[in-house]
Amino acid sequence: MKETIDFRLNGKPTKLEVEGDRMLLWVLRTDLNLTGTKFGCGASLCGACTVIVNKEAVRSCQFPVREVRGKEVMTIEGLAQNGNLHPLQRAFADHGALQCGFCTPGMIMTAYGLLLKNPKLSRDQIIAGMDQNLCRCGAHNRILQAIESVAKR
Amino acid sequence: MADGKFTVSEKSDPTAGLSLDRREFMKLVGGGIIVFFTLDESVLLGQRGPSYPTDFNAYLKIGEDGRVTVYSGKIEMGQGVITSLAQEAADELGVALESIDMVMGDTDLCPYDSGTYGSMSTRFFGPALRSAAAEAKTVLLELASERLRMPKEKLGVENGVVFVTADKKTRVTFGQLTKGQKITRKLEGKVVTKSVSEFTVMGKPTKRVDAMAKVTGKAQYAGDIRVPGMLYARILRPPAHGATLKNVDTSAAQKMPGIMVVNQDGMVAVLHQDPEAVEKALASIKAEFDIPKPTVDNETIFDHILDSSPRAQESDRRGDLAVGEKTAATLFENKYLTAYGAHAPIETHTAVANVEGEKATVWISTQSPFPNKNQIAQALKPYGFAPDNVRVITPFVGGGFGGKNPAQQAVEAARLAKITGKPVQVAWSRAEEFFYDTFRPAAVVKIKSGIDGAGKICLWDYNVYAAGSRSSEQFYDVPNNVIRVYGGGMGGGGGPHPFATGAWRAPGAPINVFARESQIDIMAAKAKVDPLEFRLNNTSDARMRRVLQSVADRFGWKKAAIPSGRGYGLACGIDSETYVAEMAEVRVDKATGNVRVVRIVMAQEMGTVINPDGAKMQMEGCITMGLGYALSEDISFKGGQIFTTNFDTYELPRFSILPQIETILVKNDELPPKGGGEPAIVPIGAVIANAIFDATGARLYRFPFVPDRVKEALKKA
Repeated sequence: MKETIDFRLNGKPTKLEVEGDRMLLWVLRTDLNLTGTKFGCGASLCGACTVIVNKEAVRSCQFPVREVRGKEVMTIEGLAQNGNLHPLQRAFADHGALQCGFCTPGMIMTAYGLLLKNPKLSRDQIIAGMDQNLCRCGAHNRILQAIESVAKR
Repeated sequence: MADGKFTVSEKSDPTAGLSLDRREFMKLVGGGIIVFFTLDESVLLGQRGPSYPTDFNAYLKIGEDGRVTVYSGKIEMGQGVITSLAQEAADELGVALESIDMVMGDTDLCPYDSGTYGSMSTRFFGPALRSAAAEAKTVLLELASERLRMPKEKLGVENGVVFVTADKKTRVTFGQLTKGQKITRKLEGKVVTKSVSEFTVMGKPTKRVDAMAKVTGKAQYAGDIRVPGMLYARILRPPAHGATLKNVDTSAAQKMPGIMVVNQDGMVAVLHQDPEAVEKALASIKAEFDIPKPTVDNETIFDHILDSSPRAQESDRRGDLAVGEKTAATLFENKYLTAYGAHAPIETHTAVANVEGEKATVWISTQSPFPNKNQIAQALKPYGFAPDNVRVITPFVGGGFGGKNPAQQAVEAARLAKITGKPVQVAWSRAEEFFYDTFRPAAVVKIKSGIDGAGKICLWDYNVYAAGSRSSEQFYDVPNNVIRVYGGGMGGGGGPHPFATGAWRAPGAPINVFARESQIDIMAAKAKVDPLEFRLNNTSDARMRRVLQSVADRFGWKKAAIPSGRGYGLACGIDSETYVAEMAEVRVDKATGNVRVVRIVMAQEMGTVINPDGAKMQMEGCITMGLGYALSEDISFKGGQIFTTNFDTYELPRFSILPQIETILVKNDELPPKGGGEPAIVPIGAVIANAIFDATGARLYRFPFVPDRVKEALKKA
């Protein structure tokens, strides 16, 4: 059954007429054409699909779109403000914290979620917070350095 | 031209005499200067199948706006050639890196390429591209010389501007030179490219040119391609390799609104514009399969490999093994094993196919767009498609590692697009990715070796089964040496394996180097000689000695007989003509068998380095990926049934297990660039095994070194 879902997406009011049990990932990628959020495993195991819902990092591949009603959703496309990259995006680029780039949006959004909760993260806190995000290219240490450089500001 | 070097065709139709393909190419890319040149023969070695074309190999276009488009049949999957190839073109041409646009892996626009594998892009395509860019610069200088009425020798080039050296204000831009022109030149004779001392962009640590697209979510991968009316497809899969479909009932799916069902030529598929609706439709299909009785599993596969191995091919023989055995004071005989491994890129195999009339356009997450084009044409042959009717476009690839040379998903998408008349996306689920992945093959190495009374290796009888010969070449000074190779590792289906196997980052090298470098350590331990000293005593290969010395200096290696209890390991190897030596420090929890790698230091000598930052990223990536095959990654199977379906049971290296990683590039500008995407991964299994031995006295003969296996080894220590 289709339902009306009102929410804010990357700062803009958004209204959807969709089946509420569809996963947020696929609604973003198909209905809304926001393809920065990636499918990696479909089981919340890799983190490639991570987005922010009401300041919490969630795995959108297992997050029913119904649950965003009345909430604030942010995807990788919404992170840069007025054409200015978020410090995390800048740091990932500067530290070479990516290779194939497929896990990158999920990495950045997970890190963003961590920083929302605690802007001054220790390295151990970053490792613990990022540990459920997988990268196959092996950019890990640079990703940690990138996040650390922002967390220390 | 004054020196008569060029075939000039400014006034005539620049496409005259070119093949139809070339005309099409010119139409597609528009005006500017297009350069044809003769390739050095060594460059042609880097291509399997047809060589880089010499009649219409245009690699770059200088546009009227001064921007330079580089065309490469190579693809970008994270390895960073989008940056290093751009550096090469920019430097040879004399333009800023920022003015380069890369077009990669588009079979209609780019020169033929056999595929992005084997650490060959910088080694073989690089020189071709540099030649093209150098020749383009020569053409531009000629044009500027005419325009500025000044001999070439009195002109300089910088950032896309030709200027008079004595009067920098008298200048003309590349854009002005090419404006309104459509120039085609065929150059003959030897191309002169820059020497290392002339590098301005090459050789400098350079940030990835694709970083901005990738941190903003704008970078497009195959699954991000949207074609109006596109349907997502899921295909009915067998429960095991070798299983055959007995009967299938798709009636429930057919009743679902908007679901299209295809049951044709052995393929049962469901399609819909909503990928989740397709998932539900697939789940509703009732199917029965005949599954062949399994004959092998994780444990019996090794004996099966030995029993069913083909006849050996000797890849190296010198001296006399009998003499070696007689000379030996001590003999060593060991067997080394590796399990199957998955590529497990975070992006699963994905393709979008659009068939319009006689043209099929297919966007693929692939390492091999040109071979894929032929495979797709073959699959569409019943509909009258030839390779020229198929265009493959390669967007960014979300990791490949050898696993994305085959593109079964693209053939599936193309067939479904033709059958349904709609654009179709096929994106494999994670379970499909594990099921159809062409695994790194399980393999066995048996070595019999010997040392004489002075600690010199006098016998090396090396036998590798099912992995191929890569990196098994002997660089130790062994007078009596034989290397026998029983079957390769890239056999696809069949052979001893119950499913397809294929190239996995430096195919065969991880097991070959694990076996050799473990055996070397075992001999050093018995001889009571420090393992670094033992290696240096036994190799006169200057490049190897240098990387060994470099890594030892940085690591702070202190001489000791092993096991010393410190948990230090050493291993080295050669891959893609690049030399690597690595040292590791590990801690082993004897109660749990858990291995913690604390620090890895690695030295790599890869000839001339184009992008030192990119090279280091590849080294770090190799080390990290290597930790997975060494410590945790294992495919569980019985016969053709794969039990590993997702990352809950296939444990990739993650942040919390990452050691401190230090990389050293050992300078050697005497040699042209060698491979960089794979070499650093080859010694990881060995360096960790050797470190575990040094920590505990326990020797591991099979990777991955999962805790249970370590505990077992500890019992025997």
